[in-house]
Amino acid sequence: MKQYETVIGLEVHVELSTKTKIFCGCSTEFGGAPNTHTCPVCSGMPGSLPVLNKKVVEFALKAGLAANCQINQHCRFDRKNYFYPDNPQNYQISQLYLPICHDGWVEIDTPGGSKKIRIHEMHMEEDAGKLIHDEWEDCSLVDYNRSGVPLIEIVSEPDMRNAEEVISYLEKLRCMMQYLGVSDCKLQEGSMRADVNLSVREEGSGTLGTRTEMKNLNSFKAIARAIEGERERQTELLEEGQAVIQETRRWDDNKESSYAMRSKEDAKDYRYFPDPDLPPVYISNEWIEEIRSSLPELREEKKQRYQDKLGLSPYDAGILTESRHLSELFEETARLCGNPKKAANWFMVEVLRLMKDKGTDPEEVNFTPKHVADLLKMIEKRTISPQNAKKVFQKIFEEDLEPESFIEQAGLRIVEDTGLLTEKINEILDRNPGPLEELLNGKDKVSGFFVGQIMKEMKGKADPAGVREALNKEVEKRKN
Amino acid sequence: MAEMIDDRTMENICILAKLSLTGEEKEKAKADMQKMLDYVNKLEELDTEEVEPMVHIFKEVNVFREDEVTNSDSKEAMLFNAPKEKEGQYQVPKTVG
Amino acid sequence: MELEKLTALELGVKIKQRQVSVLDGVKAVFGQIEKKEDKVHAFLDIYKKEAYARAKQVEKGISDGTYKGPLAGIPIAVKDNICIKNKKTTCASRILGDFRPQYQAEVINRLEKAGMIIIGKTNMDEFAMGSTTETSAYGITRNPWNLSHVPGGSSGGSCAAVAAGETCLALGSDTGGSIRQPSAFCGVTGLKPTYGTVSRYGLVAYASSLDQIGPVGRDVADCAALLEVIAGYDSKDSTSVKRRDLDFSKEMTDRIMGMKFGVPKEYLAEGLNPQVKGAFMEALKHLTNMGAIVEFFSLKTVEYMIPAYYIIASAEASSNLERFDGVKYGSRAENYDSLHDMYKKTRTEGFGEEVKRRIMLGSFVLSSGYYDAYYLKALKTKALIKREFDHAFGKYDVLLAPAAPYTAPKIGESLKDPLAMYLGDIYTVAVNLCGLPAVSVPCGIDSQGLPIGIQMIGDCFMEKKIIRAAHAYETSRGPYPTPAQGGGLS
Repeated sequence: MKQYETVIGLEVHVELSTKTKIFCGCSTEFGGAPNTHTCPVCSGMPGSLPVLNKKVVEFALKAGLAANCQINQHCRFDRKNYFYPDNPQNYQISQLYLPICHDGWVEIDTPGGSKKIRIHEMHMEEDAGKLIHDEWEDCSLVDYNRSGVPLIEIVSEPDMRNAEEVISYLEKLRCMMQYLGVSDCKLQEGSMRADVNLSVREEGSGTLGTRTEMKNLNSFKAIARAIEGERERQTELLEEGQAVIQETRRWDDNKESSYAMRSKEDAKDYRYFPDPDLPPVYISNEWIEEIRSSLPELREEKKQRYQDKLGLSPYDAGILTESRHLSELFEETARLCGNPKKAANWFMVEVLRLMKDKGTDPEEVNFTPKHVADLLKMIEKRTISPQNAKKVFQKIFEEDLEPESFIEQAGLRIVEDTGLLTEKINEILDRNPGPLEELLNGKDKVSGFFVGQIMKEMKGKADPAGVREALNKEVEKRKN
Repeated sequence: MAEMIDDRTMENICILAKLSLTGEEKEKAKADMQKMLDYVNKLEELDTEEVEPMVHIFKEVNVFREDEVTNSDSKEAMLFNAPKEKEGQYQVPKTVG
Repeated sequence: MELEKLTALELGVKIKQRQVSVLDGVKAVFGQIEKKEDKVHAFLDIYKKEAYARAKQVEKGISDGTYKGPLAGIPIAVKDNICIKNKKTTCASRILGDFRPQYQAEVINRLEKAGMIIIGKTNMDEFAMGSTTETSAYGITRNPWNLSHVPGGSSGGSCAAVAAGETCLALGSDTGGSIRQPSAFCGVTGLKPTYGTVSRYGLVAYASSLDQIGPVGRDVADCAALLEVIAGYDSKDSTSVKRRDLDFSKEMTDRIMGMKFGVPKEYLAEGLNPQVKGAFMEALKHLTNMGAIVEFFSLKTVEYMIPAYYIIASAEASSNLERFDGVKYGSRAENYDSLHDMYKKTRTEGFGEEVKRRIMLGSFVLSSGYYDAYYLKALKTKALIKREFDHAFGKYDVLLAPAAPYTAPKIGESLKDPLAMYLGDIYTVAVNLCGLPAVSVPCGIDSQGLPIGIQMIGDCFMEKKIIRAAHAYETSRGPYPTPAQGGGLS
């Protein structure tokens, strides 16, 4: 049997998190009643004209530089002509002939080590509106709130070989965009979308097979399933001696299968030409340098710094830098509590556990680092027991409450009055003559029983180490 | 000689331009376009080997807006002229998928 | 006093001096409209009630100093491809139906700020595509000089309205000669400004890289004054240019001694009507007599201008007109069985033949496999034409050309042969390809009693030179008759 190899390239659309649309002053805010974020420009009214949002160019430059791209210092916009109701002008303003960035690369982690995925180009363009199907009247309804939201399309070379590499590449891009602050890359809100170009060829073949393009992939799981499905479909075709047809297919994640999007009205001839309404963009060396020097510390650098400066393990440093947002919470916490390792430990165990339990996205974690830092300091000072601290942290995680006053109110502060503790210990020793006898005879195991009893009596307001110490003291007294 | 405009090309142009012509109209359009293309083919005589295509007359570059919200809700105005509207949206025949 | 015979500036002075009221001026043009509109059909929409109300408001504004400019209180007509808020804007096309924009063109803001009174929307070739105003979906406009002739196009309504005295001034738009050619055919003055001088925001685009809005008036001074009102930077139009020297009215002098004029020899070759040529040569004499230097030179790219223009204009038009699809505004076909069927029926029913012809040509020249041979070649040709004009302006202050090879054709003759009609744009299209300013001034009348125009072309941003030259010529030429005096509509 022949061995086949899958060859995958991606077209990733990333919505930029500018305040306004690419060519007009309408808000890009997500949600909102239909057509409330529209104007003559983004609704394609006759006589309206586009004016480019400078921030879009800056964001695209940031993305390009972070992905090691070359910059087309003279770039411009082209019109892509096709009729569809989500596209109010029936042409999309995009870049074909001179895209802003080209020839870059990113490095992804694979089980076999790191791998370079080449970026063919990145270009700026406008998003389309939203179409919803109206079941009552069997028609579609158009909302232009998303029309004109800025996008960058990142086109990779066909450098990926399986779904894992694709996911790793997407995670890499998402992390990069989030670090750069140019996009939140939320797949569920459509602010990151991927079209998969896939072909299959005989192992060792130097030429590429015929590829298909798959659209409508809105989760990593759907992408992985679609890749697997399409790989199987194409391999079967080749096995049967049939040809793969170059076409666009739409993935149906419920049916776990794809179907060809074919229509005789789809001419697939976009008649791109330079948009006469928009003068070209010239990106000077100075501008490039300005953007380059404004780039934030990216994940790889941050990961290295965590190991070098904070003494974290490569594993912990890796996890803590997966999300820029989480890493910032961590760093601030570490700075405020003065103990990076303790802070890292807390994040690795407690924060991750709660995120997992509650299914919280890293970007949605929302607590004040000072609250966590204060809590960590209280543990250090034995003001609160680790057990109770976990409970308090859950409250911080959920409601971002201020730990000190909460601990006070809930009476979780460790009792520092040793008199009270001594009193309780002696009461318990007196109530349990049998175990006391054993303890006096040197059976240390029994001490665990007493510590438990004392902690219970103190309602957790004592710290176990302190209790053990005090207990030993009292037992020693009775030995004499 | 310019490119010959055949029926298939004409059909394709109609798909691109979203126009439907009757047989007679199509024949006339074909003839008109053929005549025009034969004429504009004059450009072939011109040596443009070393010439950069000129899109914009002026060298003006970097005409930008700042990223500031300047528009407020103008849904009513945008839908004012809609031939068919439903629940604040433009109504169109069912789209695929 | 026959107010309709005054120029806009003359009327403006009388208003300022309280010799006539703003309302008097408005009444005068509506009087002419009542008398002549049935025959001419220059307008698609007339705002009589609003104009009367506005006249009172402006009167007050002039008294209290709100409106200080020379055109305060002057009636003006606007070509129907320029959006006015809440007013029907049809581009003379069925496809726009009852479209009433909820925004308006920047030029309209400027007219309002100057205290001008918009009296209506003028007829035009559908989407400004045509040279006769016969492609309008709402009826033809007739030439006031001879009602069996066309007024030219595409701004035929604007030029006919000015010629007939139905308005003092008008706005037109010029993509390949659409202000200058009908101005010549109607015996009025029309100016196409340097690309980027007047904001295109709110002008329904035909070919974005070529379109400019410009003034139409009874003489050069009126056009210069109106240009001062409408010119200026607009941040809503990315191709708008920041200019300082916008005080065009200062050029009303006849000092052209030593000014150098160039005449492309090729423009006088075959195809030019002998009477038009005669009038043109007569105009050159006037200039020479005033001490100007007139020389002939060779413009080698002339025969490539129309091919390059029609490829570029059609390509841009095919894209600009895609938005007319029955979804957001305008008319939608009654019966359809799917989305694409709706598109096709709406567009097929909504667009006229000439518009479809250009959309198809434009779609073809951009389509896969033909882009390089046609569209890209045209852009390179444009660069060569521009280069040749740059060279010419190294030697001459102003270039001279007839506005059209012939006078206004008879109604019904031009559309039979589209290519022949396109060839009539030979003297005007290069100005748009190169972004140049140009003005058309009446320079004679042919044996049929139809006006002839001379075109003065300047280098980019050199409106002042052509305005000065045109004004000087006008002075030397002497008063130009009205259609009635010329034997036309009385």
